[in-house]
Amino acid sequence: MKKYLKYSLTLLAASVIMMSCHKDLDRFPTNDNTSAQVYNSVDGYKQVLAKVYGSQALTGNSGPAGSGDVAGIDEGTSDFLRLFWMAQELSTDEAVVAWNDIGVQDFHNMNWSSNNPMLNGLYNRCFYTITMANEFIRESTADKAGGRGVDFNEIKPMRAEARFIRAFQYWVLMDLYGRPGFTDETTPFGGSVLPIQKNRTEIFDYVVSELTAIESELMDPRTNEYGRVDKAAAWALLARVYLNAEVYTGTAKYAEALTYAKKVIDAGYTLLPEYQHLFLADNNIGNTEVIWSLNYDGVRSKNFGGTTFIINGSVNGDNAEHKDIGGLTGWSGLRTTKNLPELFAGYPNFNLNALIDSRALFYTNGQSVEISDISKFVQGYAVVKFRNRTKTGGFGNDPERGFSDVDFPVFRLAEMYLIYAEAFVKGGGGSAAEALVYFNRLRERAFKNTSNNVGALSADLILDERARELYWEGFRRTDLVRYNKFVSAGYLWPWKGGAKNGTGVASYRKIYPIPSTEVAANPNISQNPNY
Amino acid sequence: MNPKQLLLLLLLPLSLVVNAQSKVVTGKVTDAAGLPLAGVTVMVKGTSIGGQTAADGTFSLNAPASATTLVFSSVGFASTEQTIGEGPVNVSLSSAVGTLSEVVVVGYGTQRKSDLTGAVTSVSAKDFQTGAIQTPEQLIAGKVAGVQISSNGGAPGAGSRIRIRGGSSLNATNDPLIVIDGIPVDNGGVAGSANPLNLINPDDIENFTVLKDPSAAAIYGSRASNGVIIITTKKGRRGKTKYNFSAEVFAQQPTKKVDLFSADQIRDIVNQKGGSEVNKLGTAGTNWQDEIFKTAIGQSYNLSATGAFFDGKLPFRISGNILDQDGILKTNNFKRQTLGINLSPKFFNDQLKVDINLKVAHTKNRFADGGAIGSAIAFDPTQPTKTASARWGGFYEYLEPSNIIGAGGFIPKALAPRNPLALLEMRNNQSDVWRMLGNIQFNYALPWIKGLNVNLNVGRDEQAGNGRDYASDSMAAFYGRYNIGTSVGGKDSILNYGGQDNKYESFQINNVLDFYLNYASDIRSINSRIDVMAGYGYQDFQFINHFFPDMRADGTVRPGGIPTFPVDYPRYTLISYYGRINYTLAGKYIATINARMDGSSKFSSSNRWGFFPSAALAWRINQEDFLVNNKAVSDLKLRLSYGVTGQQGGFGFYEYIPRYSNSTSTAEYQFGNKFYPMSRPAPYDPNLKWETTENLGVGLDFGFLKNRITGSLDYFKRKTKDLLSTVPVALGTNFSNQLFTNVGNIESEGFEFSLGATPVLQNDFRWDVNFNFSYVTPKITNLLLNPDPRFKGVLVGGIQGGTGNSIQIHSVGNMPSAFYVLQQVYDMNGNPIEGVYEDRNRDGIINDDDKYIYKSPEPRFFAGLSSSFSYQKWTLSFVLRGNFDNYMYNNIASDLGVERAIFNPLGWLNNGSANYLETKFKNNQYFSDYYVQNASFVRMDNIGISYNAGEVFKKAYLVVSANVQNAFVITKYKGIDPEISGGIDNQFYPRPRTYTLGINLSF
Repeated sequence: MKKYLKYSLTLLAASVIMMSCHKDLDRFPTNDNTSAQVYNSVDGYKQVLAKVYGSQALTGNSGPAGSGDVAGIDEGTSDFLRLFWMAQELSTDEAVVAWNDIGVQDFHNMNWSSNNPMLNGLYNRCFYTITMANEFIRESTADKAGGRGVDFNEIKPMRAEARFIRAFQYWVLMDLYGRPGFTDETTPFGGSVLPIQKNRTEIFDYVVSELTAIESELMDPRTNEYGRVDKAAAWALLARVYLNAEVYTGTAKYAEALTYAKKVIDAGYTLLPEYQHLFLADNNIGNTEVIWSLNYDGVRSKNFGGTTFIINGSVNGDNAEHKDIGGLTGWSGLRTTKNLPELFAGYPNFNLNALIDSRALFYTNGQSVEISDISKFVQGYAVVKFRNRTKTGGFGNDPERGFSDVDFPVFRLAEMYLIYAEAFVKGGGGSAAEALVYFNRLRERAFKNTSNNVGALSADLILDERARELYWEGFRRTDLVRYNKFVSAGYLWPWKGGAKNGTGVASYRKIYPIPSTEVAANPNISQNPNY
Repeated sequence: MNPKQLLLLLLLPLSLVVNAQSKVVTGKVTDAAGLPLAGVTVMVKGTSIGGQTAADGTFSLNAPASATTLVFSSVGFASTEQTIGEGPVNVSLSSAVGTLSEVVVVGYGTQRKSDLTGAVTSVSAKDFQTGAIQTPEQLIAGKVAGVQISSNGGAPGAGSRIRIRGGSSLNATNDPLIVIDGIPVDNGGVAGSANPLNLINPDDIENFTVLKDPSAAAIYGSRASNGVIIITTKKGRRGKTKYNFSAEVFAQQPTKKVDLFSADQIRDIVNQKGGSEVNKLGTAGTNWQDEIFKTAIGQSYNLSATGAFFDGKLPFRISGNILDQDGILKTNNFKRQTLGINLSPKFFNDQLKVDINLKVAHTKNRFADGGAIGSAIAFDPTQPTKTASARWGGFYEYLEPSNIIGAGGFIPKALAPRNPLALLEMRNNQSDVWRMLGNIQFNYALPWIKGLNVNLNVGRDEQAGNGRDYASDSMAAFYGRYNIGTSVGGKDSILNYGGQDNKYESFQINNVLDFYLNYASDIRSINSRIDVMAGYGYQDFQFINHFFPDMRADGTVRPGGIPTFPVDYPRYTLISYYGRINYTLAGKYIATINARMDGSSKFSSSNRWGFFPSAALAWRINQEDFLVNNKAVSDLKLRLSYGVTGQQGGFGFYEYIPRYSNSTSTAEYQFGNKFYPMSRPAPYDPNLKWETTENLGVGLDFGFLKNRITGSLDYFKRKTKDLLSTVPVALGTNFSNQLFTNVGNIESEGFEFSLGATPVLQNDFRWDVNFNFSYVTPKITNLLLNPDPRFKGVLVGGIQGGTGNSIQIHSVGNMPSAFYVLQQVYDMNGNPIEGVYEDRNRDGIINDDDKYIYKSPEPRFFAGLSSSFSYQKWTLSFVLRGNFDNYMYNNIASDLGVERAIFNPLGWLNNGSANYLETKFKNNQYFSDYYVQNASFVRMDNIGISYNAGEVFKKAYLVVSANVQNAFVITKYKGIDPEISGGIDNQFYPRPRTYTLGINLSF
């Protein structure tokens, strides 16, 4: 018996030694990949590039929700477009929202603080995309790609695109927040060196220099895959940045704005004949006007933000006709103040069938023009510009009618026409005839004839035309700031500053506050004045 | 064969074991008060022959003719020897508190209670809470100072939140480590399991030991910061086979409902204040809460046999439990069958002790859709439960018009609540969960070195859960999962209706091996005793999670419903080296040193090993000359301890590893005509490491008047550093704006007091009382990598209403999860003025910057009082439990106590909280501190009476009992229950009042 015991004790000791194998402490998740596995092919790179792009369209890695990118905010509201749209539209005369979600009414009331979850979410989202871009840029050098046996020639334009996306995000940060922190691919991972803050001029210079630097590396206009940027996107962003240069740096750059707008205009884009077709479920097909868009699909690229938010948010769930127009369901939230319809001929008695301006895409059945209670959806005209319907009247891909296919245009030719016209009017050179032609092309498309063409341009006319052409596309706040109408009492709209008839607010609100969390987490970052 | 039959079959042959050539020895065992003691082990000295006393304290043994002495032992009493003489052998056992012989189960072995240097509390079966208790931790609720055990609601089989000294962490777990028969178990359950502990039969539990401070807990090193609860199950005993049968029948009733408006009140309000909304009023009068709740009946049966096979060589205990319990929420049901087997043979003159435990449990849950509770609160009481139409299962639902062909003109209204009864009756979510927990432990006393023991414990805890969640396609809540498409030649119409038919399945396997050496010896030459232990441990946790397609009721797959991966295998491993030295000088000066090295796969190779030492001193003052003969003072011990423990639970297994994951097929991105999965780098902290808690404790144990009064007083101060918390990081430095990393500090300080006394001790009357009181204040002292006084904190505590609203904050200088609110301004009559708040920063604008920290959901004080009165055969006992200075956010009042909630702007009428009558608020004022309300309470957890009928039949002893659990609550809080974990009152499954009748028969 004792022999057995000794035997079993020996066996025991052996098994103990075997099990003590400390290698068991190295575990790796089953369904994840190491960076070596990810970056081993062009396709692998492309999937990371898809994240760089997709982080601006979706909320995370599960559709519609379930593994969000950005923390500290409800995932459904955490996508770039929804937040950018709210920051650019809800703070203006173009949109109001019925909901009580934390922070959204602050946009109307113009009393946002550095703790506003939507503004913090947007800032965090911009940096999320920048961080994704930085990571891609770090991993896509000629050395790294070559070292992994991946053909760098294929990676090179992707790398330039990631730099474009980063520059675009810095434009957003510069426009909305003024002086963001700054990181690029040289920023060490892990926070051993904390990012510094750059002022608006420095960011402006950086964006311009990046866009200029990558110009030659980007694909020629209209030669890249749908959804990916090319040279024209870089020019379009430069045009937009220069148009607002005076706001950003104090020095106007209308000549440069005009130059780059002209480059895009000459790159072969044409206006779609039907304005409405720009905002439909199949706007990815045969779209000759859009230079770059954020892409959605009701089945394969879905989330609760993006155009799903814009469409569902602006439709009355209690109205079957309204839902049919939108093509999805209705969350009964977004409408416009009367200032926007006032810009269109025929206001306030729209007859939907007899509208002259085909851009006046309002839904008025059961809706009042005036808003006495923001929480009531039926107060304020509804906007049916974005629709999850196809050009032939069909519905989108989602068989449950919950999510949108509509791709959101970020840059389109019409904006370039308007930049050219405005830059010309504001002394940026160019040709008066050309400016008028470009401007009137939009009028002709809108009215389907030339009888509403204008003979002379003025800055105010262009601002109004921008509203008529580009409303709900995320331009309005930037435009009102550029025209000094955003905070001043000189231009009012219902509920501006929280007052029923509108009121001016302090001018520091022309830029949003840096999130209090970022100011706290990074000692190099200081808050914007007065916040 | 069902478990009941199996158990009977197993038990049958046991009674046939009979000894030959013997004499019958009988007698009776009583306690100091003369009351009979049941379950006392009676052994013939020097043999393995023995038995146990019956309920009336009597025993009868077939002892060998040569037997001369009996040994009586029982947990909680001093072991006593008695010579066998003429006639019955009657003994009186004295309570063991403070005596040398009582042993307490501590980590990796036992210790004599007198040698303990740490804050350790042991609760054995005789002190457990009584009544219909289906999950083990509830047995000791309110019984231990410094320990809060609060059920997560009234669902059958639901788990509890356990906090020892208030918890030490923010984002890592605050749950204590639970060790069952030497196997540390994982707190997470498998799919379909509401609570992994409900797979342990409470009736099998002999004892709980709670290790509260590091002197005791540090032996569990990296998992000990939140304390350790060691559960020991009942073991086999030598002697004649004893059977115990108990049966309980219980009824549960909801005690309180949310205070809402009646149908007529809603009609009045809408007629008064509404415009076109008047048209939405129904004509019915439905109390939705009455509709969804019911009186639920449950029954539980236990049968156990304890004895020894093979001439007493193989002691065993076999037990079975059958439970069938409805929830008070309609359709909710919980069934459990358990089988427990313990074999504890000894070999080679008892040198080799083997302990084999096997516990098998099977539960079947029918989960009720918890959304029904919220729906029943919000649903318009003027609407009927059912309609004349057969649509939506005949249930009334809020609808909206729709032109979708096949929808019949209407679809369920987006975002509206669904009929609560339909949620219960049209959805069927049922799970089957198995758990098998087994271990075999060898303890070999090496014959060549006296006092040296070799221990090996090998165990396995395996859980398997699966289930099916089915919802009919006419159920409104799942209607929108339809498939609209174009049928051949037609217009778009519904091709497949919605509903749901989904499966879930997961497994968990936890393998453990512990090997340790233990040496204990008296060293008489220096009047010392030394007890040394050193060991090695390996524990591996494997999980298998299956993912199934998301299907409609007809079995078709929803768009994007195919999971990206069919299965995942998360896994983590711990390797440990540990040791303990316990040194006693002159029986009165005691020193303990514990140390543990833990290696965890959750950290990188340069950070994965953590060292956790502790040291403690104790002075048994009553053994000093000046007290040793003092009759008043029977025990007096001063304890002092310091130690470091760790924390590595409650978060992902791979947080330190750089890794990429691909997006699901519904979150791809389109380039050209192709959709690409997005490959996302996960945020990670390569330097992630243990959270460590330093702990300083001072304690005094005392016993007076032969331990008729006992108690202890403990003070502790605790500091957690390198807190594992999710905090904002400088943007651009990691792959997210928040990172799970080691940052921040929490400090807490507290004291605990417990007192046990027997104020009356007479022949036929005895009164025992136990009281404990605890005070603990955790405070966050840092939260950022680079501390910044302007940092407000990390918002937590999402609430109902709006999207993304949070009401709590982790902030520096305050308790975790404190409420972060606006300060309400009141009018001259003390009524809150809508939308008017203190402009605390005096900037003329009321916004987020005016929020302040107001109160905490965690109690600063909590107490338990239990008492029992025994008069002859009757015993009356109760357990009272209270929390003080804890606050609750009344989310039901804030969300539904306003006009906007009744007149929902999205187009339907809701019921409203009656709180509206007090505030008259039109719009939601979610952040008003008005809604943060004092939720201090005292709860009568348990009150019961039992009658010990004694021998009712030949050798059969009967106890009959009646019991009320959750008898009443005293509180100022106006919501449904002042005790809701997290402090946000919203959709809470109410704790029922439970009436139990039970019998216990031993034979």
